[in-house]
Amino acid sequence: MDDRYSRQILFKQIGKEGQKKLADARVLLVGCGALGAAHAETLARAGVGFLRVVDRDFVEFTNLQRQTLYSEADAKERLPKAIAAKNRIREINSEIAVEAVVTDVNHSNIEGFVTDVDLILDGTDNFQIRYLINDACVKLKKTWIYGAAVSSFGTTMTIFPFETPCLRCIFEEMPDAGSAPTCDTAGVIQPIISSISAIQTTEALKILTGNIDKLHRSLIQADVWNNDWRKIKLGRMNADCECCGKRNFEFLDAEAGEFSAVLCGRNAVQIAPPKRSQIDLKNLAEKLDAHGEIKLNEYLLRLSVENYELTVFADARAIVRGTDDVSTARSIYAKYVGI
Amino acid sequence: MQITLNGEKREFGETQTVSELVQTLHLSGQRIAVELNKEIVRKKDWESTVLSEADKIEIVHFVGGG
Repeated sequence: MDDRYSRQILFKQIGKEGQKKLADARVLLVGCGALGAAHAETLARAGVGFLRVVDRDFVEFTNLQRQTLYSEADAKERLPKAIAAKNRIREINSEIAVEAVVTDVNHSNIEGFVTDVDLILDGTDNFQIRYLINDACVKLKKTWIYGAAVSSFGTTMTIFPFETPCLRCIFEEMPDAGSAPTCDTAGVIQPIISSISAIQTTEALKILTGNIDKLHRSLIQADVWNNDWRKIKLGRMNADCECCGKRNFEFLDAEAGEFSAVLCGRNAVQIAPPKRSQIDLKNLAEKLDAHGEIKLNEYLLRLSVENYELTVFADARAIVRGTDDVSTARSIYAKYVGI
Repeated sequence: MQITLNGEKREFGETQTVSELVQTLHLSGQRIAVELNKEIVRKKDWESTVLSEADKIEIVHFVGGG
């Protein structure tokens, strides 16, 4: 163990003591796409003792340009990202524990994922989930590190509930759907992912080793193509903040949650049944056999039908590819899976 | 009136309020937060917040991808 981490232990701000703290640390990675994969690799190599990786998606060839944990074999197999990440992390560092969870993080399950970890890193790809993470972390008083990237720019801030401004202190309202660029509309280059993840994971290492005085305490915005790096000091918390000021956890208290969601820039819609259930994928594959080409593995079933590709997960969620229209996607789901 | 916008000194002739500044910069309706002299200005206060010479403004974008 000393050999593996020797260069990090030589870094005296971490040292032997810090290394031990990392080994005892528990971290939740919400989302394991480009940012999440980068976080996972850095923290696994650094020796963080427990990583919980939660992701709802599967690996595709369009991910490989920037999602550095994944391989062509993962994309061919369409492995869920959480599973592919766990497999790869095991190869990188077999000494740490990894829990892979293939599911959609939502208001009904997020508190369970957050409650027993020391730190939460954002590796998600949309605004709504970030407000949800913010609600859960403020409610449970957990530190989380917001990070996002699109095109060649990105941003990050570290949130200590009730000590620093929370996400909603700064960005009070969720932007309207379609009003901001996404990786699917504006593209994205890998170096901005590495850059934002580097800041997020460095913050994580500081927090987990007790070097709190070294945190950047700001909102960092970077554009690696246009050479613009900015660090904005955050000032005070907003006393009128709906989340940390008034403790009104709107996103966490959502009634039934979203039944469906358009996936960021993918020409795809996720359908999630409001009640959690389990589907027997083998059984479903037999039923759907006559309808089109089927690919089945332990975690998901893929059916190519009409002009769509329907991917059903064991937790009854599905991703309908070939449309960004929610009602079309729902009808495909209803037709082949049933609601 | 000269203000420092995102670290650069800029001249804004007619601009009086945060709301007008956001319009002048064609940023209306975008997902942004405005910081004036190290304090976040809440959106509901943009119209009533009057800018002064040498103010320091930072405009930050809310990014959603990843």
